[in-house]
Amino acid sequence: MSIATARRRGALLGGSKSFWSLLGWVVAILFFFPVLWMVLEALKSEPQAASIPPTILFAPTLDEFQSVLSRDFPPFFINSAIATIGSTLLVLVLGLPAAYALAIRPVKRARDALFFFISTRFLPFAASLVPLYILARDLHVLDNILALIVIYTTINLPLGVWLLRSFLLEIPNDLFEAARVDGAGFFDELIGVVLPLVMPGLAATSLICLIFTWNEFFYAVNLTSSIAATSPIFLVGFISGRGLFYAKLSAAATLASLPVLLAGWIAQKQLIRGLTMGAVK
Amino acid sequence: MSQPNVSKPAVPGPVVSAGAARPGAAASARRDGWLRRLPLLPALVYVFLITQIPFALTVYYSFFSWNLLQPGSFRFAGLQNYAAILSEPSTRIAIANTVVLTLLAVAISVVIGVLVAMLLNRELFGKGVIRTLMIGPFLVMPTAAALIWKDTLLNPIFGLVDYVLSPIGLGHVDWVNRFPMATIVTIEVWRWTPFMMLIVLAGLQSQNLETLEAARVDGANAISMFRYITLPFIRPFVELGALLGSLFIVQTFDSIFMTTQGGPGQATTNIPFLLYLVAFQGFDVGRASAIGVFAVILTMIVASFALRTLFTIFHVEARR
Repeated sequence: MSIATARRRGALLGGSKSFWSLLGWVVAILFFFPVLWMVLEALKSEPQAASIPPTILFAPTLDEFQSVLSRDFPPFFINSAIATIGSTLLVLVLGLPAAYALAIRPVKRARDALFFFISTRFLPFAASLVPLYILARDLHVLDNILALIVIYTTINLPLGVWLLRSFLLEIPNDLFEAARVDGAGFFDELIGVVLPLVMPGLAATSLICLIFTWNEFFYAVNLTSSIAATSPIFLVGFISGRGLFYAKLSAAATLASLPVLLAGWIAQKQLIRGLTMGAVK
Repeated sequence: MSQPNVSKPAVPGPVVSAGAARPGAAASARRDGWLRRLPLLPALVYVFLITQIPFALTVYYSFFSWNLLQPGSFRFAGLQNYAAILSEPSTRIAIANTVVLTLLAVAISVVIGVLVAMLLNRELFGKGVIRTLMIGPFLVMPTAAALIWKDTLLNPIFGLVDYVLSPIGLGHVDWVNRFPMATIVTIEVWRWTPFMMLIVLAGLQSQNLETLEAARVDGANAISMFRYITLPFIRPFVELGALLGSLFIVQTFDSIFMTTQGGPGQATTNIPFLLYLVAFQGFDVGRASAIGVFAVILTMIVASFALRTLFTIFHVEARR
């Protein structure tokens, strides 16, 4: 939105800019506060983190980050990274051709296919947990990161197909016609025409995959135990109230949240489009 | 349901256009159909197998009695599992909790989300930063956020909320245990408000200013402008947010697991958590599967509305 439009809108809505700005900042800080508090607690020493009254002014220390990182956290983090990268790549590799077949050279009953994809995303996770557990056990992939990659791909593929399709629909038809006149086949078109133009779509899809995979807890906690456990599982160890380890807990929580927070902030533009599967830009 | 913009007008390939009068046209059209289908098949088959096999197994297991820890306990049970879950109070409590949690969390986050979106639709100092801070709650790992809320904010002794509320006589309240459902609802509202806000804000920003200006010239006040112009315009966006939000919130598990573990008693046990308890504390595969079938039916009712809204919005986009 241009500044002129924003100004016009402001004039139309009335009220003073300072007042509404102040209100906006208060609301934003209120919502953001738990996140800020998590980071602040992580930068304190243990006694400071659980002090009464709360410690506001303190010399920040990275001790707790170091202690979390130097001990048992890295394997969990690495598992999350493997699960995320693996399933995201699979979603892109399977999803882009599918989106092509639903947007560029549409199959018959493309609408039914779209409907099927998205209806699977809305099946409750809980309903497939028991059979997936038993299947994983019988196939000897319990506590195996491969099982998580397969499941996370399934969760994200419907969103990826919808999202990528919405980006492909924006590519002008002329480009394909020109390519076809030159005798381009499916792969020529996909790599020569689609790929260079669909980069924002790939970014949006990767972001959504990252958010849903990195933060996924339900399958992870039930299908893994020690070898393949991901970042959120590391935090389960802090549930019991035995002893107060607020600084350590906060440091772990901050580290676990960091990749998605940063990616989401950097790619804010893609976030809304991704979350609504391309429906809202 | 309206037709979405599923396809651009198909570009007639040379095979189809030239082959109409030729013998063998049907065969080459069929070949073209398969060529079109080929790129779709890997994704379709993948999703079909990984979602439908477990679902079919869930339905199958729901007719059997099977304790996972007792080999050889697998036997046909007919409708016993369904009879059991329908007669047990724990199922009714879980359904009620699921409905209460979903309705409250969605309704409150939609209302706050709309208000914040309207605020952010104005010209503000540092709007980008405000927006960036606002989406923080949605991006933080839900398990991490739940721990932060439970321990560092709501703890009756060391929590920050306790410190802030002590001067007004609300000190040493064990928020999580005394108001377990309110705690879960608060955490979910905090997480989903930014989601609602983003969708509604996108809607507001696509609103045509001329209509509002015309209404202003005609002497409409702010309230009637909102009621008769803005609200109808953002309605599909609000509906989309509410329905997508419902489908996610109905599956709430992380925050319950990390804060209350479904308790105290059964106060915060929703359907996903009940299923988890029956499957992995009780190891009762049959009964857990019957609950799973039940959950699918409930979800599909909500989902059918969500899909209709989604398709409507795609239609709106196509017309624009």
